[in-house]
Amino acid sequence: MAGAAPQAMAVTRALSAVMQQDRGRLMAALVARLGDFQRAEDALQEAGISALLHWGRNGLPDSPRAWLLKVAGRKALDQLRTEGRSARREAALAQLAILDTDEVAEDFPDERLRLIFTCCHPALEEKSRMALTLRTVCGLSTEEIARLFLDAAPTMGQRLSRAKSKIAAAGIPFAVPGPEEWDDRLRTVLTTIYLIFTTGYTAGPDEPRDLCAEAIFLGRLLLALRPGQAEIEGGLALMLLTDARRAARIDADGATVPPGEQDRALWNRQHLDEGRSLLRTALLRKRSGPFQIKAAISACQMADPEPDWPQILQLYTLLLTIEPTVVVRLNHAVALVENGLVGAAQAVIEGLRAELDGFQPFHAAASVIHARAGAWDKAQRDGLVAIERADREADRLLLRKLLKGLGPTSPGSRSAP
Amino acid sequence: MQYMLLIYTSPDAEPTYGTAEFRAMMRGFSDFNDRANADGVLRGGEALQGIETATTLRLRGGKVETMDGPFAETREHLGGYYILDVPDLDAALRYAAQLPVAAWGTIEVRPLMAYNPANL
Repeated sequence: MAGAAPQAMAVTRALSAVMQQDRGRLMAALVARLGDFQRAEDALQEAGISALLHWGRNGLPDSPRAWLLKVAGRKALDQLRTEGRSARREAALAQLAILDTDEVAEDFPDERLRLIFTCCHPALEEKSRMALTLRTVCGLSTEEIARLFLDAAPTMGQRLSRAKSKIAAAGIPFAVPGPEEWDDRLRTVLTTIYLIFTTGYTAGPDEPRDLCAEAIFLGRLLLALRPGQAEIEGGLALMLLTDARRAARIDADGATVPPGEQDRALWNRQHLDEGRSLLRTALLRKRSGPFQIKAAISACQMADPEPDWPQILQLYTLLLTIEPTVVVRLNHAVALVENGLVGAAQAVIEGLRAELDGFQPFHAAASVIHARAGAWDKAQRDGLVAIERADREADRLLLRKLLKGLGPTSPGSRSAP
Repeated sequence: MQYMLLIYTSPDAEPTYGTAEFRAMMRGFSDFNDRANADGVLRGGEALQGIETATTLRLRGGKVETMDGPFAETREHLGGYYILDVPDLDAALRYAAQLPVAAWGTIEVRPLMAYNPANL
């Protein structure tokens, strides 16, 4: 027989494995019954403490996650019985009583779709949606989330608890939206997941948790829970295609490399193939949407043997009609210049100058466009502003390279205005 | 749950009396009223007189201070409210979106405080 310490270690490892794997599913089942995020979280935590005791004594149960759900339900029941009467309490008690008497099956109903839609409700702040989804669906700890968003742990803790109390106090339903609201709400969910992805994509390589992988996990989960949705397929395809370029997006000098100039041997073939195939499936459904368009743009940037610029321009023109955001307008202008429509691109970019003066991506795009047009002075002027305002060293390096290659004279011989 | 829909509008953004937009607005309010009544969710609602009729009061150092005008000088003013009894925030937001003012003003949706704290 093993000693106490190795046994404790084995049980701890088994518990953390179940919690990592099934936390979202357990939380979803508990919130469905309790109607309250904080109660669900507390009950699950207590069940985990019980598990350490019982599993250490009696060995692992047949289904650890079913065991955890049953015990968490019992903990919540005990807690609710000490409280005063209310309609919500009665409803929760009735639900929990069923859990207490019936056997809980290993494959208890998966309520995670409701959980995702509640965490990504538009009545919550954008950052809170991301944090709450990572906490409850992906099972990241508050400390991990804080680090990934460059916040202090107590600040992130407060944000999460504010979000949970708003769900309870404002009466945000634990529900999948009906057909009337489906498209808008799905877009909010996909945007939240994509923001998690881009936060991971722009973060340094030495983060302990990879947010890109978490976001792709969420995309896959969403698709598994509601198959056949073109926009979910499009969103997942966009993330896979972008992720496929991860190893190639920074060169040996540490500078950002645009997709068209990347070393294609460094692309992740598996993600690329999966992304392309998902996108094809999505497009065949003939239900267009912004995520499919963005995935298609990404796929065109990765077309063999070089980017398909005419197609990219068409796609940006289409995207402009649905999402006329600043970033889409800038990318549209860059697509114009890549198609040789230099004058048109310059006209677009100068039309945006008054509105976007000082906005880093504007100056970066303007510099590229003017350089193509041979307007070295303007390219240099915007390039210097873009370098000064860039958040990341990799982008500064890319811009410096661009300026170095400019025009008949080297930038060193000119004085900045 | 009961929710109050607080309706904020700026008078200069409102349609003028006698125009087609004005008639559309009136019809919108009446449709909203009919629907909320038919659904059995309307618990109350009143319109307020303009801010030129508002008087603001504070008690400071035991002294009553009254002022002519509204609490906050903002572009959009509180113009009225409805109280609805609906299952959740999504339902309240669905009704709020049907109010014609949503197109040019702002509607704040707030749950009423339950007096029984255990009922939270």
